[in-house]
Amino acid sequence: MGVTTFNPTWLLSILPEILLLALSIVVLGVDLALPAERKRTLGLWTAAGLIVILAVVLLAPLPTGPAFGGVVRIDGVAQVFRAVFLLGGILVALMSMDFRPLRQDGPYYGLLLFSLLGMSLMAVAENLVMLYVAMELTGISAYVLVGYMRETPQSAEAGLKYFLFGAFSSAVMLYGFSWLYALAGGTGYGQLAQAMRFIPFPLAVLAFLMVLVGFGFKVAMVPMHFWAPDVYQGAPTPITAFLSVGSKAAGFAVLLRALRFLFPALEPTWVVLLVAISMVTMTLGNTFAVWQKNIKRLLAYSSIAQAGYVLIGVAAASQIGVASAAFYLIIYTVMNVAAFAVVVLVSNLTGSEDVESFSGLARRSSFLGWSLMLALFSLGGVPPFGGFVGKLLIFAGAIQSGLIALTVVGVVNVVIGLYYYLNVVKVVFERRSEQEQEPLEVPAPSKWVLGFTMAAIVLLGILAYPVYQWVWQASAGWF
Amino acid sequence: MAFPFLSVIIFAPAITAVLILLLPRDRQTEPKVLAATGSFISLFMAVWVFLAYDRTLGGYQFVEQMPWLPIIGSSYYVGVNGMGVMLVLLNALLLFCAVLISWHIEERPREFFALLLLMGVGVFGAFTLLDLFLLVLFYELVLFPIYLLIVNWGWKPLREYGAMKLTLYLLLGSLVALVGILAIYFTSGLRTFDMVALGGVKFSPEFQRIWFLPIFLGFGVLASIWPFYSWSPDGYAAAPTAVSMLHAGVLKNVGAFTAFRVAVLLLPEGAKFWMPYIVFLMVMNVVYATFIALVHTDFKYIIGFASVAHLGVVLMGFAAMNDLGWSGAVTMMFAHGIIAAMSFAIVGMVYDRTHIREIKELGGMIRRLAPAALGFAIAGFASMGMPGFLAFVAEVQVFLGLWKAASLAPWYPVIAIISALGIIGTAAYMLRAFQYVFMGELKPQFADIPPIGPLDKVAITLMSLPLIVGGIYPLLFLPVVQSGVRSVLAVLGGA
Repeated sequence: MGVTTFNPTWLLSILPEILLLALSIVVLGVDLALPAERKRTLGLWTAAGLIVILAVVLLAPLPTGPAFGGVVRIDGVAQVFRAVFLLGGILVALMSMDFRPLRQDGPYYGLLLFSLLGMSLMAVAENLVMLYVAMELTGISAYVLVGYMRETPQSAEAGLKYFLFGAFSSAVMLYGFSWLYALAGGTGYGQLAQAMRFIPFPLAVLAFLMVLVGFGFKVAMVPMHFWAPDVYQGAPTPITAFLSVGSKAAGFAVLLRALRFLFPALEPTWVVLLVAISMVTMTLGNTFAVWQKNIKRLLAYSSIAQAGYVLIGVAAASQIGVASAAFYLIIYTVMNVAAFAVVVLVSNLTGSEDVESFSGLARRSSFLGWSLMLALFSLGGVPPFGGFVGKLLIFAGAIQSGLIALTVVGVVNVVIGLYYYLNVVKVVFERRSEQEQEPLEVPAPSKWVLGFTMAAIVLLGILAYPVYQWVWQASAGWF
Repeated sequence: MAFPFLSVIIFAPAITAVLILLLPRDRQTEPKVLAATGSFISLFMAVWVFLAYDRTLGGYQFVEQMPWLPIIGSSYYVGVNGMGVMLVLLNALLLFCAVLISWHIEERPREFFALLLLMGVGVFGAFTLLDLFLLVLFYELVLFPIYLLIVNWGWKPLREYGAMKLTLYLLLGSLVALVGILAIYFTSGLRTFDMVALGGVKFSPEFQRIWFLPIFLGFGVLASIWPFYSWSPDGYAAAPTAVSMLHAGVLKNVGAFTAFRVAVLLLPEGAKFWMPYIVFLMVMNVVYATFIALVHTDFKYIIGFASVAHLGVVLMGFAAMNDLGWSGAVTMMFAHGIIAAMSFAIVGMVYDRTHIREIKELGGMIRRLAPAALGFAIAGFASMGMPGFLAFVAEVQVFLGLWKAASLAPWYPVIAIISALGIIGTAAYMLRAFQYVFMGELKPQFADIPPIGPLDKVAITLMSLPLIVGGIYPLLFLPVVQSGVRSVLAVLGGA
C-alpha cells in the first residue's frame, strides 16, 4: 500500500482511545495516593473520566475516515459502538462500587479501562493485525477481571475457564487470519476484500469460518457459547454485566464491519450461515434459560438468546439491519446492566443468587422491584419499553430482506423468552418472604445506575426517534 | 391547533398512573381518588367526543398527528371514525366503573390502580391510533399491567397459571400479526405505517390471500377466536374483578376491532377469500362456548364462556363483509362490552362477600344483594338478545348482514340460523345462573353479608343506562356507528 507519512490529525481521530489510556494511568496513580478505606471512590473517578470521554465522542468534531495508513477507520458505526462501550463502562464502574465481595482497588478499575480501550479499538480496526491486538487486549484484561475474586473458588474457576476458551478461539481465529494473509497477501480489509474475489471458494469459506470462531466467542453465539453460563455465574457480578454487554457489543462491532468490508464476496454464504446460527442461538439460549434456578445463569442464557436477536439484524445485511442491530445493542446494554445492578444489591443482602431469593423484593423495595421488572419486561420485548421497539426494528430488517422463516423463529423465541422473564417477575412481585419487611437500602451509585437505566428503558421505547436517527445516519455511510 | 381531545383521553390515565406511583407507599385512599379523577377526565372527554362527532361528515375526526419515528415512516397519528367513537366511549365508561368497583382493594392499592390505568391507556391507544407501528405498541402495552394485576391480585389457586397462559397467548398472537404488518409495510413501497395511506394501496390478490390469515387470526387470538380461546375463561377466572371487567369488556374488542381494521380493511381481497371459511371458527365460538356455559357451575367461568360466545357474534358481523354486518358487529362490541363487564362486576360482588363461585352453593342472594340481582338481570336479558336492550339491535343487524352475505358463500344464511339458535342457549345458562345464585333460600351463613355499597350501585347504574337507553332508542348510537361503516365502505369502494 505504498509509503504513508505520519499525519498528526491521526492522533485526533483516536483521541477517545488515547484518553482512555490516560484515564487508566490516572486511576492507577490515584490508587497509590488513596488510603485503603477510600479506594471505593476509584469507581467515581473512573465513571467521571468515562463520562468526559463519552462527551468527547458524542460532541467533539473528531476527524473521520481512515487513519494510520488504513489501520483504523473512524466512521459513524464506530462512533456508535464507542459510545455503547463507554456507556456500559460508566454503568459497570458505578455498580462495582456497591458490590461488597469485591476488592475495590486500582488494578480492578485499571483493567476495566484497558478492556474498554481494547473494545474501542476493536470497533475502529480495519486491519487484521490491529484487530488481533485489540481483541487480545480486551480479552486478557477480561480474563483477569473474571477471576478477580481470588478467594472465591467459583471466580477463580470462571477466570481459568474463560481464559482457556478465549485462548482456544483466539488461536483458531489467528490461524484464520494467517490463511487470509497467505491467500490474499495483505492485512488491510480493503485489500483483502478485493483479493477475496479471486480466492477459491472452499478456501475462502474455511478461512471465514475460522475467523468466525473468534468473533463468535466474543458475542457468545452458538456453538461458541459454552463458556458463557459458567463464566457469567462465577465472575464478580459487575464483570458479568460487563461481559454481557461490552464484550458482546464489541464482538458485534467487529462482526458487522468484517462482514461488510472484509467478506462482501462471501455475502450469500454468510447470510445463510448467520440465519442458521441466529435461529439456533436464540432457541438454545431461550430454552435453556427456562430451567435455570440461578439468576446469573438465567441471565447468561438470556444474553445468549439476545445475541441471537441481534444476529437477525446482522443477517439482514441491509442498512435497516445494521442500524437495528446497533440500536438494539444500545437498549440491550441499558436493560441488561439494570438487571445485573439489581442482582448485585440483592445478593449483597441475601448472599444468594437464586431466583428464589428475590421473593418479596417488591415489598422490600418498590424501587428495586420496579427496576428489575422494567428491565426484564424490556428484555422480553414488552411495550412500551425499549426492548420492544428494538425487536420490532430488527424484525422489520429481516422481513425487508425476505428472511421470513428467521422472523417466525424470532417471534416464537420472544414468547419463550417472556415466559422465563415473567417467572422472575412473578417471584419479585407475588411471592412472599419472611424477610420482606427488612428494608433494602439502595446506595447512591446504584441509585444513579438504576435511575438512568430506567429512564433510558422507557424513553428508548416511547421516544426512540433521536437515538434511532443517530444510529441510522451513522450506518448510512456503509450503504 | 384544535384541542387534543384524543390525546387527553389517552394520556390522562397515564399521567394519573405516574402520579399514583409517586405517592408514599402507605397511602390507601389517595390512589383511589386519583384513579377515579383520571379515569373520569377520560370519560368526560369521551362523552364530549361522542356528542361532538359530526355524524353527517363521517370519516376520521379529532385527528392529531406528529412525527414519532420519521425514518421508518411512523408517526403519532390518532383519529376516530364512528366505530372508534363508540369504542373509546365504551373503554372510558368501563375504566371508570372498574375503578369504582375496586374501591375495596386494600392490598398495595398504589400499584393496583396505577396498573389498571395503564391498561386503559393501552386500550385507548389501540382504538384511536391510525399508525400501525404505534398501534401494535399500544396494543401490546396492555400485556404487562394485565400480567401483574392477575398474578398479584388474582384468585390464588389459578392466578399464576392463568396469568402466564393469557400473556403468552396474547403475545404470540400479536407477534404473528406483527410479521404480517411488516410484510404490508414493505410490500406497499410507501415506507409508512399510516393506515389511511396504506388503505389506498391495492395489494396483489396473492399477497392479500397469504397475509390475511396470520394478521386476522393473530389479532383474533385476543378476540378469543375458536380454537385460540382457552386463555380467556382461565384468565378471567384467575383475574381480579376489575381486570376481568376490562378484559372481557374492552380488550377482546381491541382484538376484534384491530383484526378488522388491519386485516379486513387493508386486505379486503384476502378477507373475501378467507372469510367464508373462517366464519366456521366463529360458529364454533358460539356453539361450543354456549354448550360449555350450559354445563359449567362456576359463576365466573359461565360469564367467561358467555363472552367467548359473544365475540363469535362480533366476528361474524365482520365476516359478513357488508354494511349491516359491520354495523351490527360494532354495536355488538359496545353492547357485549358492557354486558360482560357488568356480569363480571356482579360475580365479583357476590364472590367478595361469600368467597364462593360455585353457583349451586349460592342462593337467595336477591334478599341481601338486590341491586346486584337487578344488574345481573339486566345484563342477562340483554345478553340473551331480549328486545328492548342494545344487544338485540346488534344481533338483528349481524344476522341480517349474514343473510345478505349469501352471495359470498351459500352457507352464510345457515350460519345465521345456527347462531341465532345459540341465543336460546344463552337464555338458558343466564337464567340458570340467575336462578341458582339469586333465587331460592338464603343460606344461613350468608345472612349477614354486607349489602352493595353506594359506589357499586353507581357503577351498576352507569353500565345499565346505555344498554337500556340504547335498546329503547337505538338512534342514540346507530347513526354514529353507521357513519363509521359508511366511511369505511367508501374507502373500500363499496366492497
